[in-house]
Amino acid sequence: MTRAVSTAARWRRFGLSAVSMAVLGVVFLVPFAFVVLAAVKTRQEASLLQLTWPTEWRIAQNFLEVLSARDYLLIIAFTNSVILTVSAVAISVILAALAAFVLQRRPSRWNPLINMLVLSGLIIPPAVVPTIWVLDGIGLFRTMLGLILVEVAFGVSFCILLFRAFLITVPRELDEAAVLDGAGPLRLFFRVILPLLRPVIITVVVVQSVTIYNDFVNPLYFLPGEQNATVQLTLFNFNSQYSNQYNLLFMDILLIMIPPLVMFLFFSRQIVAGMTSGAVKG
Amino acid sequence: MTTTFEPATSREGPAPRPPGRIRSGVRAGARYPYWFYLPAAVVYLVLFIVPTVVSFFFSLTRWRLIDWEFIGFENFVMFFREAALVTGLVNTLIYGVLTSAAKVVLGLLLAVLLTSNIVGRDFLRSMVFFPVLVSTVGVGLTFEALMDPFGGVINNALEAVGLPGPGWLTNPSYALLSVALVDIWKGVGLATVIYIAGIVSIPREYFEAARVDGASAWDNFRYIILPLARPATTTVIILSLIGGLRSFDLIWTMTGGGPGFTSDVIASVIYKQYQAGFYGLSTAGNVVLFVVVTAIVVPLFWWLNRKEAEL
Repeated sequence: MTRAVSTAARWRRFGLSAVSMAVLGVVFLVPFAFVVLAAVKTRQEASLLQLTWPTEWRIAQNFLEVLSARDYLLIIAFTNSVILTVSAVAISVILAALAAFVLQRRPSRWNPLINMLVLSGLIIPPAVVPTIWVLDGIGLFRTMLGLILVEVAFGVSFCILLFRAFLITVPRELDEAAVLDGAGPLRLFFRVILPLLRPVIITVVVVQSVTIYNDFVNPLYFLPGEQNATVQLTLFNFNSQYSNQYNLLFMDILLIMIPPLVMFLFFSRQIVAGMTSGAVKG
Repeated sequence: MTTTFEPATSREGPAPRPPGRIRSGVRAGARYPYWFYLPAAVVYLVLFIVPTVVSFFFSLTRWRLIDWEFIGFENFVMFFREAALVTGLVNTLIYGVLTSAAKVVLGLLLAVLLTSNIVGRDFLRSMVFFPVLVSTVGVGLTFEALMDPFGGVINNALEAVGLPGPGWLTNPSYALLSVALVDIWKGVGLATVIYIAGIVSIPREYFEAARVDGASAWDNFRYIILPLARPATTTVIILSLIGGLRSFDLIWTMTGGGPGFTSDVIASVIYKQYQAGFYGLSTAGNVVLFVVVTAIVVPLFWWLNRKEAEL
């Protein structure tokens, strides 16, 4: 692609790079810098809401104060968020992989209907009060299990589509060989197919974890109550209860941003792959 | 936040091989039993399809969860007569179209920039994408502070260059637009990576041939990138419309629908009516949202894919 590049072209390249760095840096890094700086300031200094270097560093104090606020609610909230995210993602992966396997491998006249149902899961906004009514009817409203199953129901379409697209690349000869060796459908699926889905499982797990961890609406509706709060809910409530303690608010935001950041550092490729899989034709 | 579109259900990849077809029936059933659908189907039907279906009925009632009273279309009449609710409907459309259009334009420009040979490309890509992964509530609260009308960072910066900073979230004419701006900031990274995936999949030969013909950078953009990034455009438009029309967390965090109800959208109306105990009205809001989303997204999806097939 590159051959003898003229001096003018090279200068243009550096000019463009410098301008993009500067503009994108201001737009996309300043908000994060603001969060980090405000999180380590004193209460008075943070309440000025300025983008300044802290005159006094209060990392440890602010950190401990946020953790201990309201009887260590943040720790309870982190525990709840982890339980919710891990269970919902694990259940989604198994249920979606099973369904996608049959959907991709066994064409039938029901497939158009099933495909339509799967797609509607991506488009239709969930009906809130009727969902509460159903949850209440089966005794799962205001329970963690109820919220977990709601997250599974709302996310399973996306997972099925990713699994189905990947299964196209898994040769059917493997199924036939396994069946000839006397494997039943369960063994075929869990011993042969599931291990081969590893790359797409990682993608699904990472993308769904970030989505469910960041979810605010569903916990708000389906799991109300202080002791059940997830991190996003405590963050929202924190704002109204400690409205002038901006240092603690931003320390809270900072702590809540860390898990997605870690995910991104390790799995940026899978995340991007999962989120862009509709973009390329063929 | 995230969804994937396999344009059209016909994209099943390589057609099912004939042998599998011939040995269908008993053998296929033994290998790929229908009960594999069962666990996913139960959860999905009970917690998603059933509520969606019954919402049409309960939207016609005065509903107190323990009992209901059939009142016909009264809730919907209310929805189109009450000023606060009409505002929500109009705002939903403004918000959805605005954020979606901005993400298409900015996402494409950023993708072209970030596929060119600039220095620090990978770092810039990560920087633009990272906000997608961050908590919406956290972003909302952060920008609420940045947009503070009295000495907030943004207004201070504007003042420094001699511009008067508006009351971003406190002025009724700007509140919705300010939230939309933050939505674009948070979501443009997703549009960008979708476009990047589209652009890098364009065969190099096209650009080689264009260079031989003496094409300019603009020609490359206009006649190669723009038409061949079409599937990406479809994905970006559909995804951001679905997200934008349903948007709730950011608006609720930043303005709570205010000042007054000037930045309310359907999703926040649904929540407010739910909190107030008007379950029938809240569910009618859900039905309105359902109609708005499907009436816009489904024909658009179909139309964009058809145009794609014509190319």
